Amino acid sequence: MSTEVIHPDTHHVDDGHDHGDHKPSNFLDRWLFTTNHKDIGTLYLIFSLTMFFIGGSMAMVIRAELFMPGLQLVEPDFFNQMTTMHALIMVFGAVMPAWVGFANWLIPMMIGAPDMALPRMNNWSFWILPFAFTMLLSTLFMDSGGPAAGWTLYPPLVLQTGTSFAFVVFAVHMMGVSSIMGSINIIATIFNMRAPGMRLLRMPMFVWTWLITAFLLIAVMPVLAGAVTMLLTDHFFSTNFFNAAGGGDPVMFQHIFWFFGHPEVYIMILPAFGVISEILPTFSRKPLFGYGSMVYATATIAFLSFIVWAHHMFTVGMPLQGELYFMYATMLISVPTGVKVFNWVSTMWQGSMTFETPMLFAIGFVVLFTIGGLSGLMLAITAADFQYHDTYFVVAHFHYVLVPGSVFALMAATYYWLPKFTGNMYSEKWGKIHFWSSAIFVNVLFFPQHYLGLAGMPRRIPDYSPQFADFNMISSLGGFAFGATQLIFVGVVLHCAYRSKVKATPEVWEGSRGLEWTLDSPPAYHSFNTPPVVTHNALSRAD
Amino acid sequence: MKKENTVIVALAVLAALVATTWLILVAPGLGSNEVNMTRGVTQQSADHFELHMIVLWICAIIGIGVFTVMFTSIVLHRKSRNHTPAKFSHSTKAEIIWTVIPVLILVGMAVPATTALVKMEDSSGAEMTVKITGFQWRWKYEYLDEDISFISSLDPNSNAARQLNSGMVPANVDNYLLNVDHPLVLPVGKKIKFLITADDVIHSWWVPALGWKRDAIPGFVNEAWTNIEKPGTYRGQCAELCGKDHGFMPIVVIALPQDEYDTWVSEQLAEQGAAL
Repeated sequence: MSTEVIHPDTHHVDDGHDHGDHKPSNFLDRWLFTTNHKDIGTLYLIFSLTMFFIGGSMAMVIRAELFMPGLQLVEPDFFNQMTTMHALIMVFGAVMPAWVGFANWLIPMMIGAPDMALPRMNNWSFWILPFAFTMLLSTLFMDSGGPAAGWTLYPPLVLQTGTSFAFVVFAVHMMGVSSIMGSINIIATIFNMRAPGMRLLRMPMFVWTWLITAFLLIAVMPVLAGAVTMLLTDHFFSTNFFNAAGGGDPVMFQHIFWFFGHPEVYIMILPAFGVISEILPTFSRKPLFGYGSMVYATATIAFLSFIVWAHHMFTVGMPLQGELYFMYATMLISVPTGVKVFNWVSTMWQGSMTFETPMLFAIGFVVLFTIGGLSGLMLAITAADFQYHDTYFVVAHFHYVLVPGSVFALMAATYYWLPKFTGNMYSEKWGKIHFWSSAIFVNVLFFPQHYLGLAGMPRRIPDYSPQFADFNMISSLGGFAFGATQLIFVGVVLHCAYRSKVKATPEVWEGSRGLEWTLDSPPAYHSFNTPPVVTHNALSRAD
Repeated sequence: MKKENTVIVALAVLAALVATTWLILVAPGLGSNEVNMTRGVTQQSADHFELHMIVLWICAIIGIGVFTVMFTSIVLHRKSRNHTPAKFSHSTKAEIIWTVIPVLILVGMAVPATTALVKMEDSSGAEMTVKITGFQWRWKYEYLDEDISFISSLDPNSNAARQLNSGMVPANVDNYLLNVDHPLVLPVGKKIKFLITADDVIHSWWVPALGWKRDAIPGFVNEAWTNIEKPGTYRGQCAELCGKDHGFMPIVVIALPQDEYDTWVSEQLAEQGAAL
């Protein structure tokens, strides 16, 4: 971009600089010292895609070992390291940073702000992550190997971890610091930098869901930090927080962990709800149905997420009253979640739909997330959970909400905004190939796991009885195909960024609404240097 | 573009049909426990199975309803059919309806769920007690009324076959990974209380045919109970990650009629007496 052209409404006032786009020309200045929300967003997205493939390759090891009964490839302890690291990397390294990446790119453009409120902290919160994950990954090369007690880090088992233990705890602390700073930044930006007229209840759904997510993060990351710190002192300084012999309680760790852990799963899914609420109206050419109830449903889900944690631990031997309470509270979550699904379907109803790749991923999300949500409702039923708990049924459930849930929403978001970010259109043909193969293989991968769990296969085992062989083999084949399919995604993104000859218009999509579509594609390095006029048409909500 | 959309919608409808038929055909379980939860051999496991099926069907019906509306919309309300988009963006009435109806469905589900749970948690009136202790990676059983106790580990054949690149074919090993050297022997038709604990890390004692699992936690004693209705051999596994051999500490319960159980008890006592 040699000149800075913004939407006529928002034409930029000469700010005393030249008319270049102000990008630092030096590589280190541009990327290491960057304070630009778009560059930091890009860094987050590249980082999370890298982690997605590292975590994914660990899943390939897991599925390869489970391809048939008997141990063929890895020792049981290494298998446990793979399940533990796969989860830690996918949760903290892939899904969460990807959403922060989109938040960085989109929130300032969606609310008409020039950048994030705290750009230097923004830089720091990103650059902590590569160090945290280098440290976490390095534990795999230590003599004792990496952590192998599951990502839930339950004591006393986790206290048997060797040299890597302190590194894992410190890595978790660093991820927490990064998340908290990112959240503070997002909240400060949304509360302070909205353009005049962008009242809270006029904000795009993605901004709303991220605002709520940021509060969840600030509330629970310190809880996780406290829990792992207590593990650390139990391990090295002879405290007995979780040691019954010293007056402590191993179950207390589970309560603390899941007080963090349950909101954490909503941290990964709420921004996905926001993205789907942006994409469905665009390709249905019809406003989002029930904007107000979407906002309130999100807030309700966030509130309920704090009071249902013990449904992850129905088998620890809680009193009957406790089990009943956590069952009822958990069942309640399906009400606001149902409202969201019904509103999405109503958004599509009577629309004028087209099915470009973002729309396909969004529809895939609604269908497959609903399946994951319904199996979640089944898991809430305590007595039945005495059978489901810690089986592959649970594995199938949470992978349905996380992979065709969060990850499909991330894919949808990428295809939807990539033309805006790069200025080029991606290949629709390859996008669709990517969608259809992902949608088919993800079901081949995870659907049979419901059967395995119901038939009695526990999770986190490296080897199994031959009665489970058929479905494990199908699941593994689906897993390999799903993993390979994601290479198409990399190809489409690289092609779009560097090779595509088709230029994107500012609106990109026929039905797109919202301030980000009033900017050029790609937007200038610094956008909205003066606040835009928020007209009715520029809002992504219409009622 | 139009043709392409038709292909896409055909595929989508096909996928939905396949998914629905799969669910419907497979969900009832057809009496086998390969794709569904076992009905088991206790009142508890039957209760939990019934509860599971009720909830599964409710979820399946909700899912099919939502997807039917959605795919109808996908077929009809598309630009390629020149459908003009409607302008509506909310309907308070509709939103109240789809808040209230789910709440009523939940209340309907909560009733059997509560009943089953209350029954499960009532371990009063037990006629005998067995203490179960989890170790890395075996189980110890103590018959508190009989002065019998033993340790139960993975059987040697499975243990040899499960080594990395053992060259043995798991399918040729009897009950591969689900067999032990000393099974837990219990009488049928008796309310048996279990006291469950662990010695090192957390384990979880689970035999699907009995209908529940319960964590074994070091320093704490959990209670559970069973009343097995049918003689037979029932197999299960540790269900809480407990270290490298978590997958290799199975549980075998042999349920015997009372007279055969009594014989077994006297044999055990004689053996233990002889050992002393």
